[in-house]
Amino acid sequence: MNNNPYLPCPARIEEIITETDDYNIKSFKLIFLNKEDEQQFHYRSGQFCEISIAGKGEIPIGIASSATEKGFLLFTVNKTGVVTKYLHNMKEGDVVGVRGPLGNWFPWETMEGKNVVVIGGGFAFTTLRSSIVFMLHPENRSRFKDITVVYGARSPGLLLYKEELWEWEKRDDVNVHITVDATEDPEWRYNVGFVPTITEQKITTSEDTYALVCGPPIMIKFTQPVLEKVGFTREQIIMSLEMRMKCGIGICGRCNIGDKYVCKDGPVFSLAQLGELPSEY
Amino acid sequence: MSDKIIKKEDLERFIKALQQDYEVYAPVKEGDYYRFQLLKGDETVDLNFSNTQLSPKSLLFPQSERMFEFNLDETKEEAHILKEAPKEFPPSVIFGIRPCDAKALRLMNVNFDNPEFQDPWWVKRRDSTAFIGLGCNEPRSTCFCTSVGGGPFHEEGLDILLFDLGDLYLAKALTDKGERLLEQGGVSEDADADTKKKADALKQEAEDKITSHVPTDKLKDKEALKLFDAPFWDEVAFACINCGTCTFVCPTCWCFDIQDEVQKTQGDRIRNWDSCMFPLFTLHASGHNPRSEKVQRVRQRFMHKLKYYVDKYDNGVACVGCGRCVNSCPVNIDIREVFRLMNEL
Repeated sequence: MNNNPYLPCPARIEEIITETDDYNIKSFKLIFLNKEDEQQFHYRSGQFCEISIAGKGEIPIGIASSATEKGFLLFTVNKTGVVTKYLHNMKEGDVVGVRGPLGNWFPWETMEGKNVVVIGGGFAFTTLRSSIVFMLHPENRSRFKDITVVYGARSPGLLLYKEELWEWEKRDDVNVHITVDATEDPEWRYNVGFVPTITEQKITTSEDTYALVCGPPIMIKFTQPVLEKVGFTREQIIMSLEMRMKCGIGICGRCNIGDKYVCKDGPVFSLAQLGELPSEY
Repeated sequence: MSDKIIKKEDLERFIKALQQDYEVYAPVKEGDYYRFQLLKGDETVDLNFSNTQLSPKSLLFPQSERMFEFNLDETKEEAHILKEAPKEFPPSVIFGIRPCDAKALRLMNVNFDNPEFQDPWWVKRRDSTAFIGLGCNEPRSTCFCTSVGGGPFHEEGLDILLFDLGDLYLAKALTDKGERLLEQGGVSEDADADTKKKADALKQEAEDKITSHVPTDKLKDKEALKLFDAPFWDEVAFACINCGTCTFVCPTCWCFDIQDEVQKTQGDRIRNWDSCMFPLFTLHASGHNPRSEKVQRVRQRFMHKLKYYVDKYDNGVACVGCGRCVNSCPVNIDIREVFRLMNEL
C-alpha cells in the first residue's frame, strides 16, 4: 500500500463472469496496472478491499481469490447500491481502483492441524471460496485435517463458482455438500434442503474442528444451534460481518460494534468475541 | 521552559510578528458569535469570548476536504485514476485556542494517527501548526473541564499558554516550538516572581469558579454490555430530534463521510464531516440498518464518548467538558446528566 491509506491503486478489469442466473451477481477479475502495487499486495483469506470507481465511490468487498492464485484478484459483487450497479455495467478493460488488503482474516494459525468446516449460504461465499482454494492448494492441504464444505443457495442457478463446486465435489481430499432450498431440475444430483438441515445431517462432530460460517442472518441464526448441538464452542465458530464502511481503516467511525471497528478489528470474529459486543449489527 | 510577559498594548505587534512566518488563526467576532479566522489584514482579534461557537477542530480536520482528484475523459491516459489533490500545509498558528479545545485535538489524535494507519492530512496539518492557548478566567456555567481531566488553564496540546492578568499576559512556553514562537514574536521580557504568583492564583480562582461537576470514576470498570442495555436510554433519547448539532459543535467528534463529486469530466473525492445521529450513517445498501432507531443512535454517541473510547485507548473520556452540546441542543439533552446515569448505573 502507498503512503496514503485512502488512495486506491489503479486496476484493470480483466474478466467479468456472470455467476448467477438472475444476473445479479458478477465476479470481476482485476489486475493491478502497476507491478509494484501487485508486489506489495499481500493478503490472507478473509480480508477485503475497498473497490473504488472514480465518480461513484467505494465499496467494501471480500477478496474471493486466494493468495495462492497469482497475478489477479477476484471480487464477487452483488448488484445492490450505487457503486455495485455501476460496476455491473462496466466492461472488461475498464479501470477501477483497489484499496487494501483491509481487515483481519480467518484464524489460519489457530486452524492449522485442525478439521475445518466451511458453511456458506447465498452470495456470502466469496471469502469462503478464497479459504477453500487456499486450503486445497498442494502447499497447504497437509496443514489441515478433514475439510468439509456445506454450501447452499435458494436454487441451483444462484450458486456461485459452479464449475469449481462440481470439481471440488469430485475430489477425495474435501467433503463437499452442495444444497439448494428447492429445485424442479430432475437432473439435480446434490442435496435439497436448507443449509442448517444439511449441516445437521453432515456435520456430526466438533472435535478438533473450526467452523467458518458466512451467510444471511436467517441461515446463521438456525445453523448456530445445530453446531452447538454437536459440541461446537463459541470459540470454534468463526464468522465474517458486513457493515457500511467508508475509510476501511478504522478512522471514519461508522462501522463500529461497541469499541470494535468491523473494518479494522474485523470483519472476522468468533462467536465468542461477538458475544462480548453489543448486538448492534 | 520560560515564562514571559506580553503587555496588552504589545499583543497586536506580537501577532503581526507571527504573521511574518505563519498563517495565524484567531477568534474574531461575527454577529453574536466568535469564530477562528485566518488573519489577512483587516480582522479584529477579539479575545473577549467565553468560547467560540465551533471549536477550531476544522483547522486540522476541515468540514469538507478534497482528498483526490480524477479525470473521466477516456481520451486521457490517466482517466479514472485518482491522484492526491494538491495541497499546501503552511506553518500555522492557532492563537487563542481554549485549553479544552486543545485537549480535544489530542483526544482526536489517537484516531487519526494510530500505529497502523496515519491520516496524512491530519498529520501534516498537526505538524505544521502551533497552538497558543488562552486560559479561561471566567468559565461558563456549563463548563465541566475539571471533571474530565482538563481545566481552565490546562496545558495539554499547547505550545504556549496565556494568562490574562488584566493589563498584561503571562506567556508560559510549554514546548520548544512555543519558545521559538515567543522569540519570533519579539517577546523577551521575563515574568517576575510576583507575576507568576498572580498567574497561579488566577488559575486556582478559575478552577474554583467551575461549579459543574460530573462523575467519571466508575466508567472504565463498568461492563460495556451492561451500559448498552441500561434502562435509561429511551428516556435520554426521548426528546432528541436527530438534528446532529451536538456532533457538529463537539470538539471531539471526528466521524466523516467520503463522497465523489463530478462536474463534466472532472471529479473530486471529498470527505465531509458526518454524524452518528443520522440514520444514513449506518444504512447498508441492502436496506438493513444496525442503528435505524433514534435511541440506538443517541446511545451510540454517548457510549462512544464515555465508554468505547475509554476502553479502546485508555485515555480518559472523549469529552473535554466544553459544554457546547449542552448549550446548543435544541431539546436540552445534557451530557452531564448522561455522565451521572452511566457512572452511577
